[in-house]
Amino acid sequence: MAKKKTTKKTTKKKASKKVPVKILGKKTMKRVVDKKRDAATVKKIETLTTSIVKKSLAQKEPTFEIPIRSVTNMKYNKKKRILEMGSNTQTRSLFNLGQSRKFMQSLLLAKGCKDLIAAEKTLSLRGMYYMGLHTIAGTKEKTFNDQSESDGILEDLEVSLDGLREELHIFAKKRGTMVGNITVVDNGDEINCRKMGSGGYAIPSICEPNVMQFKNCDADFILHVEKDTVWSRFNEDRFWETHNCILTEGSGQPPRGVRRMLHRMHKELGLPVYCLLDCDPWGHYIYSVIKQGSINLAFESERMAIPDAKFMGIRSKDYDRLDLSDDVKIELNDRDITRAKQIAAYPWFEGKREWQREIKTMLNNGFKMEVESLITKDISYVTEVYVPQRLKEGDFLD
Amino acid sequence: MPKTKTPSKKKTRSNATAETMAAGQRDISVSEFFAKNRHLLGFDNPRKAMLTAIKEAVDNALDACEEGGILPHIYVRVLQINESRFKLTIRDNGPGIVRAQIENIFGKLLYGSKFHRLKMSRGQQGIGISAAGMYGLMTTGKPLIIISKTGKRKPAHEVVLKMDTSKNRPTVISDSEHPEDDTLFEEGHGTQVTIELEGKYQKGRQSIDEYLEQTAIANPHARITYVTPTNETLEFPRAIEELPEEPKEIKPHPKGIELGTLIQMIERTEQRQLGGFLTKDFCRVGATKAREISKGADMTGQTWIKTVGHTEAEKLYESIQKTRIIAPSTDCLVPIGSKALLAGLLKEVKAEFFAASTRPPNVYRGNPFQIEVAIGYGGGLGRDDSAKVLRFANRVPLLYSQSSCCSFKAVAETSWKNYGLTQPKNSIPSGPLVVMIHMVSVWVPFTSESKEAIADYDEIRKEMKLALQECGRKLGTYLRRRKRMARESERRSVFERYIGEISRCCNAIVGADTDKLYKALLKQAKRRTDEADSQLDDEGQVVDNGGRLGSNEGVIIVDELQDIPDQDDTLFGKTTKKKTKKKTTRKRGKK
Repeated sequence: MAKKKTTKKTTKKKASKKVPVKILGKKTMKRVVDKKRDAATVKKIETLTTSIVKKSLAQKEPTFEIPIRSVTNMKYNKKKRILEMGSNTQTRSLFNLGQSRKFMQSLLLAKGCKDLIAAEKTLSLRGMYYMGLHTIAGTKEKTFNDQSESDGILEDLEVSLDGLREELHIFAKKRGTMVGNITVVDNGDEINCRKMGSGGYAIPSICEPNVMQFKNCDADFILHVEKDTVWSRFNEDRFWETHNCILTEGSGQPPRGVRRMLHRMHKELGLPVYCLLDCDPWGHYIYSVIKQGSINLAFESERMAIPDAKFMGIRSKDYDRLDLSDDVKIELNDRDITRAKQIAAYPWFEGKREWQREIKTMLNNGFKMEVESLITKDISYVTEVYVPQRLKEGDFLD
Repeated sequence: MPKTKTPSKKKTRSNATAETMAAGQRDISVSEFFAKNRHLLGFDNPRKAMLTAIKEAVDNALDACEEGGILPHIYVRVLQINESRFKLTIRDNGPGIVRAQIENIFGKLLYGSKFHRLKMSRGQQGIGISAAGMYGLMTTGKPLIIISKTGKRKPAHEVVLKMDTSKNRPTVISDSEHPEDDTLFEEGHGTQVTIELEGKYQKGRQSIDEYLEQTAIANPHARITYVTPTNETLEFPRAIEELPEEPKEIKPHPKGIELGTLIQMIERTEQRQLGGFLTKDFCRVGATKAREISKGADMTGQTWIKTVGHTEAEKLYESIQKTRIIAPSTDCLVPIGSKALLAGLLKEVKAEFFAASTRPPNVYRGNPFQIEVAIGYGGGLGRDDSAKVLRFANRVPLLYSQSSCCSFKAVAETSWKNYGLTQPKNSIPSGPLVVMIHMVSVWVPFTSESKEAIADYDEIRKEMKLALQECGRKLGTYLRRRKRMARESERRSVFERYIGEISRCCNAIVGADTDKLYKALLKQAKRRTDEADSQLDDEGQVVDNGGRLGSNEGVIIVDELQDIPDQDDTLFGKTTKKKTKKKTTRKRGKK
């Protein structure tokens, strides 16, 4: 396959003189390559380009369609209990002053992706930015002003090619950690998550089955906490050992890698997912993303959302229930209030009386609380009392 | 409260009686009055005095030429004798002045043909040139020298005049007959005035140079030759070869007079019956209207004028106000006209866009008047300063008292923001703009005798604003279009920039022919922007080739600066170095 592609490439690349990024010849490295999937992705890129070329030569306006990634084009699938992307698309055309530059950038990055796939390598988002970056001949204009510009285009490209970022050989900056009673095989390396010390195993950005396999899992459930500080507390107390679980953390809004990892462990290993997040609209939203999927990546919900994930806390009633001190109160600001109301109105929260009550209580309280607030009771209160109690009582929000 | 004290020291008072006072009471001659109050005539300081003297002489010269049906050629020479003394020579090719009238015209204040009639002319009262002569006499003691020739076969007279200010009477010092002086008067007729006076020469604003330049704008039919104190000769060429129509003299319009004037007219009329008075002494009143007015005042056309007293006059006045009378005839007004206005502006102002508009005549206080406005925009005009307002009354530039002038106020009151210009609050707009406002009238209401500013009548200001708005709209259309064209060309360049990248990418991905694709896309980009180029403008007509502006009589758009005759040291030419690089505007409507 690889050889075939190379010959194809040479015939087609003959006319092109400038290749901004030279990809060095591939040495045999220990790497997992899903050739079938790559071929399909290349095909998609070529189809898109061919249609543009055909339109141009026929003196028709060169355009391509991009599914719209916004709330308006989002729908909640009640049966699957996940967010799905609607069928609305926007047209990106070259001869529209506002879109001209983006059109050019899209093609640049499409070309970059094809080169990447051909080289059987992956690049970070920042790497892709540099790959497409050069000064346009005869001008002082750069193809990209900053990385955020290329990131946006890559997301557009993903949806319009109906290909995942992983399929385009691009990964995001990794964020999120995990530790627990599981051994995984990451890119051929066996990793025992029981022996990760205090730092934990950094969840990679790409957790597709071809890269990541599970092996030897003893855990009973997954506890996902909002951020690193809380996770460290749990890890230090070796909570995963005493309660036989997997402990993950997503540094706030969990990145794709973490979500994909959680999804796969949930689906493939049948582990329930409990979330320990702050009692504020942001925490609620993180839960919503884990459970239903995000608006921006709605096209990937099926591969990422965990509709059965449970919300463990912090609960708004905890202030009274646990008799916390006044010091933990963080006043809700106007933005929090509007955000909370928005979340309460989400279709997937709308029909849930408990959630409505939860948000209402928080609004009535007029303050929010962080997971760390439990430290005021005792340094290890959260690991020794709070979570075990919730688990025992089975007191979760769905 | 301080107590009012009676002065302890008694002042010695003259305690004049009526008789002793009578001894000091005597006639004041007009010339004496003006000699003391020369600032009223515009001779306040040496610089202004010199300008006023030239202005009066040139105005008279132009009036004389036009009345004589001759295309004016005015020669002005300012010769510096010493630090503060100048000798002014103004020569015209007019019909000349008969010998007998020379001393009266130049040596007597308030003597002239223009005061007693309602006719559009530059001069009005007959004060100007004699006052200039008087000023010269007072400051230097030198008399006026007038040379005039009325025809090829007639001798040229040289008269040296002094005036007796106490008697308002000229004294002829010498009177000689020149032999046929063809070098002075090439066409065989004309007048030359020489005045020596104390003055100061300075360039820039309110200078002789500026005055002559603006005169050239308002009188495109005149040729002016100007020899500066530094002995340079500046030529202001003729822009059009035809004389403006001769303005007609008119009688007052009934709606335009006040009660006092009406009573005066009744007292002075030669008519014996009311009907005759109304029809003969006024314009626009026929037998029917006369009957209607008389009836409204409970009188008839047969009523004897003698019987019309104060109360009757008042009734008559009211009746006139109630009666509908058509506006005064307007053939008494001769505006410069949009075409000539543009021609004048085009030759003196380095702008890229010119628009002019002439309002229909209107009436203030029964005096017909008409407003013309022309604007020049862009090109070599100063970009950062506020706009320049050129004010004219009956083709005479007004250089002083700008802010108290009606026309200046009208410019400031017009909302130029609507036309794409910036305008500080309560001020004239800023940007590369020249606004020219011209008022023609049988009687221009000046705020003072020195004729510096037009009085602020509501009717006049309204007309000015309407004319300004008309020009402003044209400018707005032009600026909007210019902006759009800039946008289009920018659009094209954006497309062209990206097309190369796209072709290369497509080549890299699917192996499409880079050149072929590039050419195909470029073709499409050109086509698309061309379509946009000729898009409809706001008024729904195609702008290019005979669009709204293109076919407009009152608009000239200059493509490149070299279209305008070069002139170096004018007040408009200072910023010429900024060359406009605009390629999108095409030349249209050139005369």
